[in-house]
Amino acid sequence: MTDRNLLSGPEPEPARDAGHSQPPERVGFFTDTSVCIGCKACEVACKEWNAIPEDGLALSGMSYDNTQGLGASTWRHVAFVEQRVPAPEGRTELPLAEGAVRVSEPAPAATPEGSPPTAPESSRTPGDMRWLMSSDVCKHCTHAACLDVCPTGSLFRTEFGTVVVQEDICNGCGYCVPACPYGVIEQRPDDGRAFKCTLCYDRLGAGQEPACAKACPTESIQFGPLDELRERAALRVDQLHEQGVGEAHLYGHDPEDGVGGDGAFFLLLDKPEVYGLPPDPVVTTRDLPAMWKHAGTAALSLAGGIALAFVLAGRAEGAR
Amino acid sequence: MGVRTWVSEWPVYRQLTGPDPLGRGRAAMSSRTERLRPRTDSADRVVQSVCPYCAVGCGQQIYVKDDEVVQIEGDPDSPVSRGRLCPKGSATLQLTTGPARLHEVLYRRPYATDWERLDLETAMDMVADRVVETRRRTWEWESDGVRTARTLGIASLGGATLDNEENYLIKKLFTGLGIVQVENQARVCHSSTVAGLGTSFGRGGATTFMQDLQFADCIVIQGSNYAEAHPVGFQWVMEAKRRGARVIHVDPRFTRTSALADLHVPIRAGSDIAFLGAVINHVLTEEKDFREYVLAYTNAASIVDEDFRDTEDLDGVFSGLDEEGRRYDPRSWQYEGVDVQAPAGDVDEQYEQKTQGSGHSESHGSGGARTSGRPPRDETLTHPRCVYQILRRHYARYTPELVEETCGIPRATFLRVCEALTANSGRDRTSAFVYAVGWTQHSTGSQYIRAACILQLLLGNIGRPGGGIQALRGHASIQGSSDIPTLYNLLPGYLPMPHAHAHEDLDTFVEAVRTEKGFWGNMRAYFVSLLKAYYGDAATADNDFCFDHLPRLTGSHATYDTVMAQLDGTCEGYFLMGENPAVGSANTRLQRLGMANLKWLVVRDFSLIESATWWKDGPETETGELRTEDNGTEVFFFPAAAHTEKSGSFTNTNRWLQWHHAAVEPEGDARSDLWFTYHLGRRVKERLAGSSDPMDRPVQDLAWDYPVDGPQREPVAAAVLAEINGHGPDGAPLSAYTELKDDGSTRCGCWIYCGVYADGINHAARRTPHTEQDHVAAEWAWAWPANRRILYNRASAAPDGTPWSERKAYVWWDEEAGEWTGRDVPDFIPDRAPGHVPPEGATGPDALRGDDPFIMQADGKGWLYAPAGLEDGPLPTHYEPQDSPFPNLLHPSTPRSPVRQLLPREGNRYHPGGDEPGSEVYPYVVTTHRLTEHFTAGGMSRWSSYLSELQPEFFCELSPQLAAERGLEHGGWATIVTARNAVEARVLVTERLAPLTVHGRTVHQIGLPFHWGPNGVSTGDAANELMAIALDPNAHIQEDKALTADIRPGRRPRGPDLPKLVAEYRRRAGITGATGTEARK
Repeated sequence: MTDRNLLSGPEPEPARDAGHSQPPERVGFFTDTSVCIGCKACEVACKEWNAIPEDGLALSGMSYDNTQGLGASTWRHVAFVEQRVPAPEGRTELPLAEGAVRVSEPAPAATPEGSPPTAPESSRTPGDMRWLMSSDVCKHCTHAACLDVCPTGSLFRTEFGTVVVQEDICNGCGYCVPACPYGVIEQRPDDGRAFKCTLCYDRLGAGQEPACAKACPTESIQFGPLDELRERAALRVDQLHEQGVGEAHLYGHDPEDGVGGDGAFFLLLDKPEVYGLPPDPVVTTRDLPAMWKHAGTAALSLAGGIALAFVLAGRAEGAR
Repeated sequence: MGVRTWVSEWPVYRQLTGPDPLGRGRAAMSSRTERLRPRTDSADRVVQSVCPYCAVGCGQQIYVKDDEVVQIEGDPDSPVSRGRLCPKGSATLQLTTGPARLHEVLYRRPYATDWERLDLETAMDMVADRVVETRRRTWEWESDGVRTARTLGIASLGGATLDNEENYLIKKLFTGLGIVQVENQARVCHSSTVAGLGTSFGRGGATTFMQDLQFADCIVIQGSNYAEAHPVGFQWVMEAKRRGARVIHVDPRFTRTSALADLHVPIRAGSDIAFLGAVINHVLTEEKDFREYVLAYTNAASIVDEDFRDTEDLDGVFSGLDEEGRRYDPRSWQYEGVDVQAPAGDVDEQYEQKTQGSGHSESHGSGGARTSGRPPRDETLTHPRCVYQILRRHYARYTPELVEETCGIPRATFLRVCEALTANSGRDRTSAFVYAVGWTQHSTGSQYIRAACILQLLLGNIGRPGGGIQALRGHASIQGSSDIPTLYNLLPGYLPMPHAHAHEDLDTFVEAVRTEKGFWGNMRAYFVSLLKAYYGDAATADNDFCFDHLPRLTGSHATYDTVMAQLDGTCEGYFLMGENPAVGSANTRLQRLGMANLKWLVVRDFSLIESATWWKDGPETETGELRTEDNGTEVFFFPAAAHTEKSGSFTNTNRWLQWHHAAVEPEGDARSDLWFTYHLGRRVKERLAGSSDPMDRPVQDLAWDYPVDGPQREPVAAAVLAEINGHGPDGAPLSAYTELKDDGSTRCGCWIYCGVYADGINHAARRTPHTEQDHVAAEWAWAWPANRRILYNRASAAPDGTPWSERKAYVWWDEEAGEWTGRDVPDFIPDRAPGHVPPEGATGPDALRGDDPFIMQADGKGWLYAPAGLEDGPLPTHYEPQDSPFPNLLHPSTPRSPVRQLLPREGNRYHPGGDEPGSEVYPYVVTTHRLTEHFTAGGMSRWSSYLSELQPEFFCELSPQLAAERGLEHGGWATIVTARNAVEARVLVTERLAPLTVHGRTVHQIGLPFHWGPNGVSTGDAANELMAIALDPNAHIQEDKALTADIRPGRRPRGPDLPKLVAEYRRRAGITGATGTEARK
């Protein structure tokens, strides 16, 4: 047994540490929300592939989000956030890439003096509309509390580094539900068992990509080896920063974060909480070894104390 | 299993002995997990197909196991979709295999209160009997003394969701039976596109293909919600953005398209011509036009007849208006001294003058003036009557100020659009326009599209890579159902259906409708070849190739006219083939009341759509207007086969014919429409085989021999495609329409599709992966015409044949080889040199000059000004919508188009105009729209739980300001009222709908998705209840993208109280039968 804390901190090889010798590269999702068109193809492709039941027919009133959140019968969820943003932020402001003529750049020499000057690209009226869309999914944490707390071995770490519920093992105890720092996993009411995204474990085994990533019309959802995705994501952030979209940032990509980095990470254009994501998630079992240690110490202390009490009592008796 | 295995597979043993000490990985895997295999991997076969929803035409792969479809996914090889699917495409498995599909024939006896079962064969026989009986009883040899040889007793609607082969058989059979009221979704979606693009460029299809958008430098999306309605096609806009293109979205609502655009320009619904006219004015005033292109390739220099008067001269109308008759006499719109025929639009309008040789100064009968061809030109563009100067004068008052006043767009924003467009057009750069039904569905819809055509011609963006106009179509084969039209006024390949005229024979007909120059000059060859395909050996030169077998038109027999005919009792039998007018057509109440007046109705669909059940539980049963026991309509429901269950081709919005292969047999009574039409025709022919009645002769002569296959005797779709392609006297497939002859030696079911079956190979089924070819993807499927992907691509080269620029090189003249070459099939005569000047007296294609890129046009040029072909004027002019809260600022005396088509009657009343008393009763602007998650009238989405849960209820979108003004609560209910009906919807208050300032006051706009109806998994009122039937006179398309209404909090009344509320509103507004129907003030 290793002395390393396998429940938190940097973990470069989660699959190997879960007993998969010679595992394939760890794979995951990079969801680039800056190109999401909110079509929800991911939600339907996921449901079709995994034969997930319908999840309610109520109008939420939350913009175009009638799914409302991830759950036992919703493994992909597209969030819609309508905002008024001050210029020049926002997706509708994405400046031109290389080689392109900026409309405002060739100074409007033809414009006669005194005529109303044309607004340059960067000076849109404050309070422009912005509609953020983002497809959420299970993060397949490097340190996944759900699987750490699973007493049956239903939740397990696959050879691809992903986290999957085995429907034939799950007994519906529900320990995993409060353990998840993102609120992803859930029990299906009429069934009792817990369900969540499998990152299409069955498809991965046959060399196929997950259904949602395959369907995504604009490549907002990208699937691939995690290292490669992290590189690609960093480049994309740089590109957006160069183009003036300063608020573009990655979420869940950092192996040093509270869950050891996510297997499914995101490029966001606003704070995580705007999208309904926890700002600083921590694996809920992070302190488990320490807690056991403390508990052990406490138990030992208690036992020692009791023993001491007896010893001292014996002595006292003997002294009598 | 031995004890040892048993022990070694025990997770605890594995945890203790293996490399997974915490038992969270390898050791925890169950044997089921170990055995897991995806069903895509274990399928018996994978069948190549095409998505059945919108017209993007995404490739699909159908996975079949034990003769059952187990999975449907995107085809990664497709150059259109690259393996991706939208939510609807992703829900195709549920659509085709889900529990919502019916597989048995249902029958409703007259006056019955419920369905009963009927076996398929009996039902087919009964329908055949109804057709024969109704046809005989309602047959009409003559109307007003001229031969019509038709029945108005039967009509059909539907085709855009069907295969080309199915549309071909439907049109052929019904035309053979003398039925003229044959219509489909194309009428209500994109008919104005054909009129707009066709008159401008020569062909009625999109000029470009979606993938080419990635090379645009600027994309203007207007009248389209591209990202929502065509999500997978939108990837090409995203590619363009990635390359640095500017994307502009002009739309009343901030949509998912706006969210991804660089600039969203909110516009008042119904004011787009004012906006586009102002951009045209900007281009002309600032001289930002691509002058070399404009001079060489458009009719800018052509001189117009001196009798022509513009709307600026005549206070809002063009010369030739007959105010009483509400129509224009278009003769004064012609070029000076030369009459040209339009390649599309109303080609019959010149019939009299062209065939009788009298009544007009340029009469020419069957020769004469037309052969001189070229109208007089002024290359300096200074002649006051040259098109360029007419254009300048026409649009001079379309200023940024007018845009601000009329459209509600601030001047600065408008100028930004102008700058973006002009800076990204010219020799080195190109801009593209993308539109959809936000433009087409107006009483001036054809002119909306014309306005974009004018602009794109002025900017030199037609026929060039990254340029063009993409008319986004909304059904899998709506392009195909226009090309092989289930439309009353067209025959395959945009050949006109003949109108009733005295002493009309084939030659006078062709003479009247063909053009003198260009490829429409060969119309007789196309027409005779079609008649040979229709009537086979019975069609001979001696009997005019059975020209008289064709039924004749008298005016409009478009779908809304058909509804009127149903209400009037003229039309007694109705086929609905994959269309749901009880939800999807304007004024759904009249649609249902029309159906309630039928003797018999045949509905072919997947589920019991509203158009099949109105007699049982429709809105009028609730209001008490209809009582099931009193209704005598006989209703047949036939379950339809899905695209996975039949072979055939869809034509997508790129004009590409893509073949889908049958993956499995349809279950139960479900059959393809090919099967239905073929076997119906066979039965009808059997019944009429022995008849000696002359009215049955066309049916007897109809060539109806198709090979059948399999236990269900399914007609072989490829054989139908082969007939569409055509063949020569030796029976060998033709390769190109240039091989067609007018002597009856060739047969061809659709001349523009000639070549799709060249060498006996189904080119629509070609599937060379996009990774193995360039973006033009010439080896994937087949595009009409002649596999050309960008139309008019001769214009991608300068007049001398060299590319305008390296960056935009596409097709050019190879001097050495003496032919046109490049990345695409040249849309030109292959060896016609750039400097070629045709000899005096040349006609047809021979008359095309080396710099005439618009080879279908009568003068070889793109039409900035349309001297013929349109009912409502040679130039787009801003008129207010039929229902508008504003007067016409530009032409106060003529608020609405003076020649718009109205069908006033009880139940179809119009609102008072902008400054008329009573207009304040309906103060808000309403526009309808699609949602990504649903499909048109809902027949293919509201029965899907996966799609329904994403958008479960009918809602209205409106601004916080309007909500405050009317006391509407977010999430609560609102009732929306017009003079036609009232609907209830849940309220979505959103800043995405911003109030605009128009004519100095605030106007609120309300967005209504039109997908809902009372049946299915997700139900709600239909937005089309509110619509008036007010039509574009060219295309007979309804205006449902701009109307007025009132909105109030709460649910709508139930029962008889609903019509009472609507009547009360009409009373308050003082609405009578005459309201809103004036030609002018």
